[in-house]
Amino acid sequence: MQDLGIRVLFMGNNFARLMEGLWITIRISLIAVALSIVFGILLGMLMTVKNPIIRALTKVYLEFIRIMPQLVLLFLVYFGLTKSFGINLSGEVSAVIVFTLWGTGEMGDLVRGALISIPKHQYESGEAIGLSKWQVYYHIIIPQILTRLVPLAINLTTRMIKTTSLVALIGVVEVLKVAQQIIEANRYTVPDSALWIYGTIFFLYFIACWPISLVAKRLEKRWKTA
Amino acid sequence: MAEQPILLEAKNIIKDYGSGPVLNEVSLQIHKGEVIVLIGPSGCGKSTFLRCMNGLESIQSGQILLDGEVITEGKTDWPKVRQKIGMVFQNYELFPHMSVIDNIVLGPVKVQGRDKKEVIKEAEKLLERVGLLEKKDAFPRQLSGGQKQRVAIVRALILKPEILLFDEVTAALDPEMVREVLDVILELASEEYTMLIVTHEMQFARAVADKIVFIDGGKIVESGEPEKFFTQPETDRARRFLNTFIYAK
Amino acid sequence: MDTEFIVEYIPHYVEAAKLTFRIGLIGIVLSLIVGLVIAFIQYFKIPVLKQIASAYIELSRNTPLLVQLFFLYFGLPKAGICISSEGCAIIGLCFLGGSYMAEAFRSGIESVEKGQEESALALGFKKRQVVGYIILPQALSVSIPALCANMIFLIKETSVFSVVALADLMYVAKDLIGLYYKTDEALLMLVVSYLIILLPISIVAAVLERRLRYAGFGN
Repeated sequence: MQDLGIRVLFMGNNFARLMEGLWITIRISLIAVALSIVFGILLGMLMTVKNPIIRALTKVYLEFIRIMPQLVLLFLVYFGLTKSFGINLSGEVSAVIVFTLWGTGEMGDLVRGALISIPKHQYESGEAIGLSKWQVYYHIIIPQILTRLVPLAINLTTRMIKTTSLVALIGVVEVLKVAQQIIEANRYTVPDSALWIYGTIFFLYFIACWPISLVAKRLEKRWKTA
Repeated sequence: MAEQPILLEAKNIIKDYGSGPVLNEVSLQIHKGEVIVLIGPSGCGKSTFLRCMNGLESIQSGQILLDGEVITEGKTDWPKVRQKIGMVFQNYELFPHMSVIDNIVLGPVKVQGRDKKEVIKEAEKLLERVGLLEKKDAFPRQLSGGQKQRVAIVRALILKPEILLFDEVTAALDPEMVREVLDVILELASEEYTMLIVTHEMQFARAVADKIVFIDGGKIVESGEPEKFFTQPETDRARRFLNTFIYAK
Repeated sequence: MDTEFIVEYIPHYVEAAKLTFRIGLIGIVLSLIVGLVIAFIQYFKIPVLKQIASAYIELSRNTPLLVQLFFLYFGLPKAGICISSEGCAIIGLCFLGGSYMAEAFRSGIESVEKGQEESALALGFKKRQVVGYIILPQALSVSIPALCANMIFLIKETSVFSVVALADLMYVAKDLIGLYYKTDEALLMLVVSYLIILLPISIVAAVLERRLRYAGFGN
């Protein structure tokens, strides 16, 4: 039975295991995105505050998070926290912490950008037709911010899913780790399984991210012209 | 004027973007030295007609002839044709990353392969004529709209075109700047330049034109001498159009 | 904090940083070339190539570099295609970066107003002259901030190269943690190394962006 190595995918529950691995990645991403949106909105509002100390602190935070490779951040939390503070975090929890820290920074900057992009006369003209401050926010400002923010937040999700592949490197058993196990187990029976398994994972990621990117692009285009 | 040869000719042009003709069998002859002004309501097809004449828009049927040669069939060398048909646009379209002098010199040097020093000298002469010599090293964004448009005219002139097309060149200008641009065009007219002008400035059209062509609904409705057209238009549609420019209580 | 340890192992980090820098640079230059070629294919709407280009962009943008590397380094040899570690790293970075650079160029080209192309054509320029003299210079100045951001992004992405057995910064750090259990020192040197590489680029990028945004042409 030395035919195509792709059969390794359908041996036993291999494919299901790969999907489970992928789900772990996606679950980490989704939790981190959800937390990032909440904290990101808070951070974004903080960043528009006039207080120079808060501004400087948020700026340093953002710059540090942005300049460091996410893998370095993962190492800092996974290895660093354990060693320095004796806190033993699982790879998965470390990943959620790191991606939330990162996502909060990215989201915060997007929120800040959206907030300052609303021209002042939008507030003024809202009040000029007799709306209360709260009504101005509800009917005029927030809808405009959302149309700018939603596509970007969706985009952040795809970036998050892609970045989450890194957790394999701190020992989380996700799709790449499962792949290694399957390849290892079939080393002698299916020697070329690596080609098929890694090829499959490549397309699994693509199938996970591509639709989300398309939605983001479509929304962005629709709301830009509107 | 009628003795002069025909420079540019449109024969039964049809232009259609896919939802009915924008130009429907339009024919027009432009003789050497003639100034023709196209007028008509917005969206009547006059700008489209202009853009067809130098191939910025393709036509679905009909012919365009330059110096008696058909330029709309077979493989036209448009870059070569366009050197003979200059065009000035509503939004000036100066190149923002180049100084005034570079804007003007780029065409003659790169397109026509002329000597740069000689071209610069000529450009300076032309700039002086339109009163902008001291702006030659300025960048477009440092100029007013009227100044930009005068530079754009010089940029077209320096290629020594046989005919100039003007596409609503004052439409984007503040009112006080319209005059400085129109004066330049009037001066060109007095030097026997051949020009095809689309404009909404009726006073100017009357002063500059040898012939007025009134277009409506993609067809030439009426054409004739400016004095006659503006005082005694023959068609109802022309009369109604001209009435929109008269204010009365 | 064991300063002696740090001093002793600084040379390791320097070597690793050099490697990161070298591969990053090659990858960035290749990405710029790929990106420009793709932007041209899209601008001139070349049939067939245009479809291939957009398929490539989607594939590249929607898959992680790490997975691309696994496929290149562990998968392809099974099909008889063996590529060295460095080769995989460079190909991977270029495959990833090409699409990002292409998007940066494309948005720059799209920002140039349509009338610019028309007026240049009306002056008798050939299409490729229009691109060379009029569109590209304007597009580039718009693209520069995005191009800089992509460079930083790509250098950051090099941090996964240890999986294809390249002794980069992450590799060294992990090694020191595993061998000597000097976690704090190893991580500190890791962070400092990346700061030294990325901070200057990031500052230059920020300055460039501000200059381009506020000045425009003519200042």
